[in-house]
Amino acid sequence: MPRETVFEHSIDHVEVLAPDGSVDSELDPELSEDDLLEMYWTMKRSRRLDERAIALQRRGELGTYAPATGQEAAQVGSAHALADEDWMVTSFRESPAYLARETPPHMLLWYAMGMEEGAATPRESRNMPPSIPVGSQALHGAGLGWAQEIADESAASLVYFGDGATSEGDVYEATNLAGVFDAHTVFLCQNNQYAISVPRAQQTRAETLAQKAVAAGIEGVQVDGNDVLGTYAVVRDALESARDGNPVFVEALTYRRSLHTTSDDPSVYRKEEEEDEWETRDPIARFETYLRDRGVLDDDRISDVEASVEDELREEIRLANEGREAVDPEEMFDYVFEAKFPELERQRAAFRGENDGR
Amino acid sequence: MADKQRLVEAVRNTLFEEMQRDEGVVVYGQDVGRNGGVFRATQGLIDEYPNRVYDAPVAEAGIVGLGVGLAAYGFTPVPEIEFSGFMLQAFHQIQQHVARLRSRTRGELNCPMTIRAPYGGGIHALEHHSESFEAGYAHTPGLKVVVPSTPADAKGLLTTAIRDPDPVVFFEPTRLYRAFREEIPDGDHTVPLGEADVVQEGEDVTVVAWGAMRHRALDAAEDVDASVEVIDPRSIVPFDTETVLESIRKTGRCVVVHEAPKTGGMAAEIIARINDRALYYLETPVQRVTGYDVPYPLFAREDEYVPDEDRIRRGIERALSG
Repeated sequence: MPRETVFEHSIDHVEVLAPDGSVDSELDPELSEDDLLEMYWTMKRSRRLDERAIALQRRGELGTYAPATGQEAAQVGSAHALADEDWMVTSFRESPAYLARETPPHMLLWYAMGMEEGAATPRESRNMPPSIPVGSQALHGAGLGWAQEIADESAASLVYFGDGATSEGDVYEATNLAGVFDAHTVFLCQNNQYAISVPRAQQTRAETLAQKAVAAGIEGVQVDGNDVLGTYAVVRDALESARDGNPVFVEALTYRRSLHTTSDDPSVYRKEEEEDEWETRDPIARFETYLRDRGVLDDDRISDVEASVEDELREEIRLANEGREAVDPEEMFDYVFEAKFPELERQRAAFRGENDGR
Repeated sequence: MADKQRLVEAVRNTLFEEMQRDEGVVVYGQDVGRNGGVFRATQGLIDEYPNRVYDAPVAEAGIVGLGVGLAAYGFTPVPEIEFSGFMLQAFHQIQQHVARLRSRTRGELNCPMTIRAPYGGGIHALEHHSESFEAGYAHTPGLKVVVPSTPADAKGLLTTAIRDPDPVVFFEPTRLYRAFREEIPDGDHTVPLGEADVVQEGEDVTVVAWGAMRHRALDAAEDVDASVEVIDPRSIVPFDTETVLESIRKTGRCVVVHEAPKTGGMAAEIIARINDRALYYLETPVQRVTGYDVPYPLFAREDEYVPDEDRIRRGIERALSG
């Protein structure tokens, strides 16, 4: 018996907005000017938040912060495709996505200030809190998407993770389980080329990360993640598919232009030429060129946007500092269990100095 | 009318009742659907609730991790892990997410999941099927840890666990699944978590034991010439410290029995609490009768590893001497 091919698969790559600012009219999602401006504004806020946060960290006012500079299109484009009833599940580098979902910047700063208040996303927002263990949140996204299937809700869940997370078992389990249970889940892998210092090529021998979908039997697609229109269009379609119980794995090709976190020095593991090359593909510059060409933006409007971003951040940093000053350490006992708990109450009393620690 | 049930039947009937009471309860896990679970704890459930009972692929981290999503959405997931030894494959999800979703979000999101798993030795199973890792879960802030020892308690504790807004790890002793029948109280039978059962009152020595060890402790108590108080804590977290301390203030002597290895086991924690708050009532040092600090052996040596009546009796005698 000859060997026969029993399965073949290919992965599409999508790009709508080219680095020179031109648009593929066939694939253009044709967003309104308001939508375009909102996405632009969120990307600018996010970039500036990163700059301010790194400065605050250097001054000792924040703990570790993971900048998303360079990934604004991948996150804002995808999050903009979410409807209010959709769930968003994030990793630890998703400030642009939270901003797009109307999380106020002071909450993101609170989290970086080491305060749980920053992760207290209200249930109604349908945002999950940041998840630090790499890839572990992919399962929560699959679970939310499964819940939507069980509840027969026409909504979806979008879960963010990075290229390194695809090496984790949880991401494989999540995609596989999502397929089995018809979960309404879109897996958004931001391939930003590095898992801390380890390049994408050392993460897997697979040619694309989108093909991680193949083994799970779900659809996989690759998009230029520095293209906000392409990311929006691909994720919008993926969410539509997911709402019908067909999960999708989207690989957004992008680049983490800044540090892994504020405790990282990328100069030891990557070359300046590479960084320079990706600078020419910057998602905000590209989008700005396009919006200028369309006549939606000009120098004056850009100045207005930048001024409003500065005003907002000034106020949000003030709110963040105000919150930090109000931290009551005893509150660490408040939320462990919903029920009162004798042993924990004894420890709380000891914390207050009401007994001698016994 | 109250009928007599085995522990596994009590679990099964509780699942039926709680799924009927609350349409948010979702039961899933490996082989829990068509097969009814490897111990038959979910038998027939899928026929009654086809849209809320699911056979899951072999993926323990996935099963628990999906539950975090189900819970955040508003369901009450009651996953079964086929054997608690394989819950380690999901321990990161339990420790990093299940146990702290509430504290991470300052109460905005709860994780009212009840993770059921067969627990402990005594059925001549393969490697990794017989461990008692309750101390590991007890060491995880944000989790409740429950071990029923009787059919009635299984019903009462599981009902409470499923209704509890906090996550619960519910360990079902495999040895006891079919060991004996017991009358289950009629109607809505609940047992609060954190309330020990004083199984047998006594004046001379206190024995604390849970799971299959409760029954061995009772048997051992019959063979000593003393009045033995036997306390089954029923939940490891919350642990009913007060009942144990009260008993020791009466008897002045104590033995803690568990199947798990000695070092870092729950007995050590219980003794530490006794030292904190009842040391001067003790007539003799608290005795530990536990598994050894060796991997749970294959079943040819299992009977030598798990505390038996003889070892427990000798532990009681050590506590009584001096």
